[in-house]
Amino acid sequence: MMLPGFPDAMPAAGLAGGLLIGLAAAIMLLGLGRIAGVSGMLARASGIADTGAPRVIALAFVIGLPLGALLATLASSGVEPRFTGSIPQLVIAGLLVGFGTRLGSGCTSGHGVCGLSRFSRRSMVATLTFMTSGFATVGLMRAFGFING
Amino acid sequence: MKAPAISLLAGLLFGAGLAVSGMADPARVRAFLDLFGAWDPMLAFVMAGALMPMTIAWLVQQRMPRPIACEAFDLPGTGLLDAKLLLGAILFGIGWGIGGLCPGPALADLAIAPSEAGIFVVAMLAGMTAHRITRG
Repeated sequence: MMLPGFPDAMPAAGLAGGLLIGLAAAIMLLGLGRIAGVSGMLARASGIADTGAPRVIALAFVIGLPLGALLATLASSGVEPRFTGSIPQLVIAGLLVGFGTRLGSGCTSGHGVCGLSRFSRRSMVATLTFMTSGFATVGLMRAFGFING
Repeated sequence: MKAPAISLLAGLLFGAGLAVSGMADPARVRAFLDLFGAWDPMLAFVMAGALMPMTIAWLVQQRMPRPIACEAFDLPGTGLLDAKLLLGAILFGIGWGIGGLCPGPALADLAIAPSEAGIFVVAMLAGMTAHRITRG
């Protein structure tokens, strides 16, 4: 499926993958009564956070996630990751994402998928803020020549 | 044993969804954030797909006295807006823009491209630890 004006877009794959993500979050909510927030689950699984989901629950989720990605990729329905930028850029990005998601209590999954669908005021503000911040960051990187093409 | 199995299943589906959708490709995610360049609308479709089952799930949740495999729902509050929420979201957005990775895709990529994703994930864990330390 092609989107007029966006030859590289993958609307059908995006929608199908999104449905799987939403289904996973729905299973976590209705099965275990929790938010499928990846930053929170990772902090809990790694022992960095000492409140939140029981550790075994967080560990199972955090182990299942890369396994699921691997299985989808082996079934050749996955997308090849292309990393952008240098190693120092990856390190700075990782530090900011780790610190920011803990300070702001969530990321794209917890605030974005789970919070927006709940019409949570807190998550709507958080999502709007990190999206705007992301757009501005990439815009500035383009303006200062870090992104070409 | 039931609860960890459910969580593992949720993780598997979540990771598969990230790989299928294109979210696990940092270049594509950054292209979504690149409004002034070659914009790629991908993330809007992923979000739409993910929000559909979850919107239904919240409606079902309101009618459930407790979750299927646990004693009680354990859900965060929805109202509080404070400086921590805003500053955290701003910092996260900057990192997301620079790397094209948020926590879910970073973990997914650990299994597909471990060397690059590993660098990001170690830095992300260091950032989380730094928050824990500075919080006191």
